[in-house]
Amino acid sequence: MTNFIVWVVWVLAALALLSSGIAVVLFQNPFYSALALIGNLASLAVLYLLLAAEFVAAAQVLVYAGAVVVMFLFVIAYLGGRADAPWAGKPSPQSLAAIVAAAAIAVEIVVVIALKAGDQLSTPAQIEDSFGTPAEIGRLFLGDHLLAFEVTSIVLLVAAVGGVILRSAVPRESRS
Amino acid sequence: MPGPGVAAYLILSVILFATGAFGVLIRRSPLIVLLALEIMLNAGNLALIAFARQTGTGTGQIFALTVMVVAAAEAVVGLGLIVAVSRRHVALDVDKLTTLRG
Repeated sequence: MTNFIVWVVWVLAALALLSSGIAVVLFQNPFYSALALIGNLASLAVLYLLLAAEFVAAAQVLVYAGAVVVMFLFVIAYLGGRADAPWAGKPSPQSLAAIVAAAAIAVEIVVVIALKAGDQLSTPAQIEDSFGTPAEIGRLFLGDHLLAFEVTSIVLLVAAVGGVILRSAVPRESRS
Repeated sequence: MPGPGVAAYLILSVILFATGAFGVLIRRSPLIVLLALEIMLNAGNLALIAFARQTGTGTGQIFALTVMVVAAAEAVVGLGLIVAVSRRHVALDVDKLTTLRG
């Protein structure tokens, strides 16, 4: 019975995930695309919860839906959401090539995983209750993965400085 | 009846990645190219977390969190570049942005 509920939640989250992902790509107005990305990220967070990754799900909602998408919306509002219509008129050779390339990537990944994994993907490992909790993530980050943790802080610092420099740059013609 | 296995999550992740790749290839507005890039990164994250659940180790979740940080940094720098380009009154179209100085 629990597994039935898990399947129902999984199917709903998967449908929301794929439909909002396609909506991000197909909406002409960038504002609607950014709003559809929020739905995409929220349904991903539901899937993370089903995979026993509570902390990553919370971080996903906070960092992505809370910070990154808001930044996107600010920039779109600042630039004035100009619509571009990639499907106006007849399909161009570029769009046909894009469809072929995306399908080729999908088929390639599926083939490689199927060849390499075989039947190792059938049974998930037994996990303890602490799997994916903030305490466990913190223990891993400050233990085995301390280098990744420190490099992360440098990456964030460089990105913050780069963002400030890029946005304060004055166009050449308006300098005195 | 077993719950959804890792293969189901992987198929979902592959479809999502292909959607993002299609968006990067077909859209001309750099803003939506960045949004589609986020979708591709999130598809990778979903696969990492599915494998973390499969192997029962937390390393995949650590990797996913690091990817999230890199994605946030990439969004900051990418949006900064888009704002800097638009201040120079250049058309926001990835097909027309072909020179770095100008």
